[in-house]
Amino acid sequence: MNRLSSFNVVSLTLGFVFLYVPMLILVIYSFNASKLVTVWAGFSTRWYGELLSNEAFLDAAWVTLRVAVISSTIATVLGTMAAYVLVRGGRFMGRTLFSGMIYAPLVMPEVITGLSLLLLFIGLGLDRGVLTIVLAHTTFSMCFVSVVVSSRLVSFDRSLEEAALDLGASPWDAFRLVTLPIIAPAVISGWLLAFTLSLDDLVIASFTSGPSATTLPMKIWSSVRLGVSPEINALSTILIGLVTVGVIAASLASKQAALRAKRDEQAAARAA
Amino acid sequence: MAETVFAPWDDPTERPLIRFRNVTKRFGDFTAIDDLTLDIFEREFFALLGPSGCGKTTMMRMLAGFENPTDGAIELAGQDIAGVPANKRAVNMMFQSYALFPHLSVWDNIAFGLRRESKDKAAIAARVEEMLKLTRLEKFARRKPHQISGGQRQRVALARSLAKAPKLLLLDEPLGALDAKLREATQFELMDIQEKTGTTFVIVTHDQEEAMTVASRVAVMDEGRVMQVATPERIYEAPDSVYVADFIGDVNLLHGTATPSGNDTYAVTWAANEAPVQAASTRPLSSGQTCHLAIRPEKVAIHKDKPEADNAVQGKVLDIAYLGNLSTYHVELPTGDIIKAQVANTRRISRRDFTWEDPVWVSWTKTAGVLLAE
Repeated sequence: MNRLSSFNVVSLTLGFVFLYVPMLILVIYSFNASKLVTVWAGFSTRWYGELLSNEAFLDAAWVTLRVAVISSTIATVLGTMAAYVLVRGGRFMGRTLFSGMIYAPLVMPEVITGLSLLLLFIGLGLDRGVLTIVLAHTTFSMCFVSVVVSSRLVSFDRSLEEAALDLGASPWDAFRLVTLPIIAPAVISGWLLAFTLSLDDLVIASFTSGPSATTLPMKIWSSVRLGVSPEINALSTILIGLVTVGVIAASLASKQAALRAKRDEQAAARAA
Repeated sequence: MAETVFAPWDDPTERPLIRFRNVTKRFGDFTAIDDLTLDIFEREFFALLGPSGCGKTTMMRMLAGFENPTDGAIELAGQDIAGVPANKRAVNMMFQSYALFPHLSVWDNIAFGLRRESKDKAAIAARVEEMLKLTRLEKFARRKPHQISGGQRQRVALARSLAKAPKLLLLDEPLGALDAKLREATQFELMDIQEKTGTTFVIVTHDQEEAMTVASRVAVMDEGRVMQVATPERIYEAPDSVYVADFIGDVNLLHGTATPSGNDTYAVTWAANEAPVQAASTRPLSSGQTCHLAIRPEKVAIHKDKPEADNAVQGKVLDIAYLGNLSTYHVELPTGDIIKAQVANTRRISRRDFTWEDPVWVSWTKTAGVLLAE
């Protein structure tokens, strides 16, 4: 093991303090007994209890979850299809234009995306609600899915698909039975990315939602404007906890898989 | 004994399994295959041999159905297969990278093609077991491709492509990823399996030794054209162009002009100060025609004193390449030409007759070389 020099220790500490102190303060104050956010009055889980009985927050959480699951699923299907055509479709008219256009929404300011979608929905006469948020989230997260999946497809050995065709599989079977299982990790991380983006989007949701549907970020934002309440801290702590558990589980799983693959390969090499 | 010789290409009544008829394939401006006509017969082990970029892989991909010819027709068992997609052809391919499905076990890899056309589980299982037995993979059926060795992967790929009992099996550099020892063993295994199954094999390779070992006939290709199609013996002993003579094995080439000197024999004048060399040729040449005389190094003898021979030239030893079983002597002639003579090392090396700078004679018979008109 290399020992870290004092300079490295200092810079590492500064970096992590900068990143995590705000969140740490938030978590600590979520267990504050006092209603005042800035005054510590002892440990309590009271705000978690109050949160669970707050209908408005629970409704918003339910809307957010529904929107995130539906929009990320649709975005994954559309994004994977787009990636497949752009990587595998060979050369066709306007291919460069299309692949450029699929990346454009990534750099488009959210305000513009939100505004243009709002104008579209008004023009179409769509009532704003869960449906419009789902459509909006699908639109922007599909690009992210497409980017993730196409980077996997570029390195995908094309002869695997040709082998499937050669063995009598129809093009759809070749995709379903060979390509999809192999690129599944990329498709799943695309879905997770879309899910997370939808979960914490505030700007586009604000533009495209109506009075019938409020997402959690919108709810938090509007209540904070009336003053930060300890309930918000509690809610945020729950979200941080969920995300942390998810990230740790995912990295443990992929580490296990890598270790297993390495063991298998060594065993095969010895057997040869 | 004559009827046991396998040579359908000499039988005019035999119908070829595959016919390339004036096939041309262009990719943009690049012509990969140039007006190519070729017949391949049933039960043949046919090798496409050539340097990279000569079009051999394109031909294979056209047979498999991944490419279509720009011009001309490809017939399989009398039917034009242009436009028939890969998944509807009775042709299977073994890929250079093996292209095993990494998420499926060895068993499921072999069963993949069978499941596409049949729902009969018992029949599929029986066929898979048969293939596992043929390729000696029974012990590895449950493993995934990354859990077996390179040689075993190669056999899985072969079993998978043979499982559907195709009319034609295409092998794209099938042994390229194996080390030399394993490759040699696998070549004989391939020939054995080809004989057992009676399938027509077309193999693409850039390794001439491999092509010569396994194939019933070899097509030597260059720049999208077939230079010569013949049995390995004829390709080696009777090449019909300088390209083929030079591509296959090692060869000495003397450039000169031919003059008939009676009974299918020609005198080749190859240097101003040297006597013409005598060479027999079954192909007639006109008087004064410029030509190459191609002689294999193992057909050139090396002597201390002037030998009694049809052709003998004096020179000195420039270099000796010691290969263990053989030594190749590079003999420099007064004209500056270099003649390679190969000698089997039947004696221990310490008792070798010649060494560097020794004046020596090289000789060969009238029939040792091949005269190739320019």
